Amino acid sequence: MSADLTGTASAAGTGGRPGLVRHLLRSPLAIGSILVILVAIVLAIAEEWLTPFPPNSVQIQLTNAPPFTTDYLLGGDKFGRDILSRLIAGSRGAMVGVLIVVSISVVLGVVTGLIAGYYGKLFDSLGSWGAAVLMAVPGIIVLIALYTLVDASMEVAMAVLGVLSSPSFFWLTRTLTRGVKSELYVDAARVSGLSDARIVGRHVLIAIRAPIIIMTSFLAGTALAVQAGLEFLGLSDRQRPSWGGMLTDAFANIYRAGWQLIWPGLALGLVMAAFVLVGNAVRDALQGTYVKPSRRARRRQIVQLLGDAAVTRTLGTRAAPMAAGSERQDSGRPGQEPLLVIEELRIAYPRETDSREVVHGVSVQVEAGQVVGLVGESGSGKTQTVFAALGVLPEEAIIAGGSVRLDGRELLGLRPAELVAVRGTAMGYVPQEPMSNLDPSFTVGAQLVHGIRAQRPEMGRRQARHLAMEMLARVGIHEPKRTFASYPHEISGGMAQRVLIAGAVACEPKLLIADEPTTALDVTVQAEILDLLRDLQRERQMGVLLVTHNFGVVADLCDRVVVMREGVVVEHGAVAKVFHDPQHEYTRMLLDAILDDVAPRSSVPRERRG
Amino acid sequence: MSESLLEVNHLDVVYGRGRSAKQALHDVSIAISAGETLGLVGESGSGKTTLGRTVLGLVPASRGSIVFDGTDITRLDRRGRRRLATELQAVFQDPYSSLNPSMTVSDILVEPLIAQGVKRLDADERIRQLMASVSLPPDSLTRYAREFSGGQRQRIAIARALALDPRLIVCDEPVSALDLTTQLRVLDLLIEIQERTGVAYLFITHDLAVVRYMSHRVAVMHQGRIVETGDTGVVTERPEQEYTKRLLVANLVADPEEQARRRQLRWALG
Repeated sequence: MSADLTGTASAAGTGGRPGLVRHLLRSPLAIGSILVILVAIVLAIAEEWLTPFPPNSVQIQLTNAPPFTTDYLLGGDKFGRDILSRLIAGSRGAMVGVLIVVSISVVLGVVTGLIAGYYGKLFDSLGSWGAAVLMAVPGIIVLIALYTLVDASMEVAMAVLGVLSSPSFFWLTRTLTRGVKSELYVDAARVSGLSDARIVGRHVLIAIRAPIIIMTSFLAGTALAVQAGLEFLGLSDRQRPSWGGMLTDAFANIYRAGWQLIWPGLALGLVMAAFVLVGNAVRDALQGTYVKPSRRARRRQIVQLLGDAAVTRTLGTRAAPMAAGSERQDSGRPGQEPLLVIEELRIAYPRETDSREVVHGVSVQVEAGQVVGLVGESGSGKTQTVFAALGVLPEEAIIAGGSVRLDGRELLGLRPAELVAVRGTAMGYVPQEPMSNLDPSFTVGAQLVHGIRAQRPEMGRRQARHLAMEMLARVGIHEPKRTFASYPHEISGGMAQRVLIAGAVACEPKLLIADEPTTALDVTVQAEILDLLRDLQRERQMGVLLVTHNFGVVADLCDRVVVMREGVVVEHGAVAKVFHDPQHEYTRMLLDAILDDVAPRSSVPRERRG
Repeated sequence: MSESLLEVNHLDVVYGRGRSAKQALHDVSIAISAGETLGLVGESGSGKTTLGRTVLGLVPASRGSIVFDGTDITRLDRRGRRRLATELQAVFQDPYSSLNPSMTVSDILVEPLIAQGVKRLDADERIRQLMASVSLPPDSLTRYAREFSGGQRQRIAIARALALDPRLIVCDEPVSALDLTTQLRVLDLLIEIQERTGVAYLFITHDLAVVRYMSHRVAVMHQGRIVETGDTGVVTERPEQEYTKRLLVANLVADPEEQARRRQLRWALG
């Protein structure tokens, strides 16, 4: 039981999923592929006992015998040898070749990649240089030269292929290792006094194993293809049956018995495809690929779980939106209700067979020109509530009941295009993480202008630019021109938040929704941003709905406060009243947990006190 | 003046080399006695985390010295560092990335013990005690770290730091990722452990309220320098330095009238 807000399909952490095997076995394609590979391995191990005839024995009367007619089940080749027996015997060479390539490549690439990624510096330079050199070597030519010049065996050639393909493992491992190395648990392991070998084996290798497994299975498929190609060119021991060699024999015979190509082709194709498909299946199982259901499937699911009304609220209707007054309680001021009314809002997420409700009938009101704080700890549903008002709930969320009205207009069930119009002009939004809400590849100015013009299509580029510049100056940026031309990485977190506020209020919305707008900022910057929000709010008489977990922010800025816990509003009222005379036990507990008024700890530690 | 457990003298840390070099710490000196908590406050980029990581040996020092219990540990080799693990431990900020998601709680806790050559049976006994001392049920040992909530994860991280009975724990923002109520419980746990075992903390945080609650003495950092240091009561109530004053009034209070007063003070300071 944790603070799992979205509480849905999000797969747990990285690596170490006990469900991987089960997940794999749920996919028929994966089961089939694994079976094919297993069969090939069994044949390769036990070929001596499984071949019906010695693979090189000749029965002259069965030359080019058609399949399924004689003792030679799959027919005879042009020398009168049993094709089935040669296929089975050839599997050993194929599998041994794959094994050599894969093991050399993985061991070489992963070990050097781990060293280069973990120790960096000289190891990294040397390893990267070596890998780059290997990658520049034209593989196939080297292999062909190897056969012709030194009369190498297939095993040697495959070993060379393994070395030549190791750079891909090197790069993959090195990059992943560098990422994992900066994880705190690796630091923690170092501080715990573990040896480097143990840290790399225990913490790094386990964390990065999945992509390596996937790449290994792809390489296995490739290795099989390269090997067959070399054998097809005749670069192998002709005495030993091989799948590529069988292709050559069949190819020479193509006008007399073309069907002979089918068997080795089929064997190669099946096993190669199986390797690649297993790799794909592992990747899918690890990533938990979310397939977006069709609108119709979604509709059916929602009706089944929560009834027709939920469909209308969640997906909207083609007809007019829900009659706004249908569920309205008497607000006491008919025709003149508050700016934002969230009423009996219920949000649920589908599970395998039922659904889990995370917001249970929440009501919040914001009057024009009023600042309302929505507070609660993680898992309280405060963010879900405002996301529903903004219309940005996660794809799979279901609005099971209730109503959200802005200026008397029902927002739930609006079509996306209508909602876009409302969001830009009537509602502004300030997010929690300023940096991740700016696109790193565009200048701040371009993003502001783009946003303004999306909301006010009638505005010309120059006009929008002018407004953006004006707004930047308004939110306290000293050199608006310079900031306008900056990329997000060139400005500080506090500046980025000012920019986002400028964008949110540029089109003079009546309501500003701010989701933890200062949580990611330093205290001094936080104080400045709160000042700015207060000034803008007074100047434009905006209604503000402020989501926060910080009672200090509430005390600084809000008129009213709504306290949420586990998807329910437990208390609401004027800020002064709730702070001085909290009614609900949970509010009291939260206020008691605040450390503001504690006396500083004594300056003398216990041991020295006497 | 009693002998200090940890002494950092005139420490400089420079990241990078040549023209891209960036000095993260300038002439930093601090001292912590046994059983004491030194709070290290500062804003992001002030160098407080770098100081903690340098003490832990995760970042190399460029100049100056770090002395632990009379021994210079500034430039220890890997083996020396490993031996020091029994004395010097850490609790990191993010309880989600500081525990390996693919290991069980038992594996996580046993690891430092095994690395110091403790026998498996003794180690198992020890981790059972540890779970009790951080108030986690012993049956959570077989579960994966990712199955726990933030506060529980931080308890596991604290248990790991305690496993070797260290004398100093560097706590880098250990509660800033936690909910308010959870935060208080974890702080109380740390204080209780300190009073029971006499461990010292270097407690890094940006939150002045937390630092008041936890520390005996406070050092304020700004742009890689220590700007003020002293008794918690003095520094957080009657600061001398301009920067500390500004930091104090910028800190929010959960009381509308008091906060309004503070706001006036802040505006007066400019």
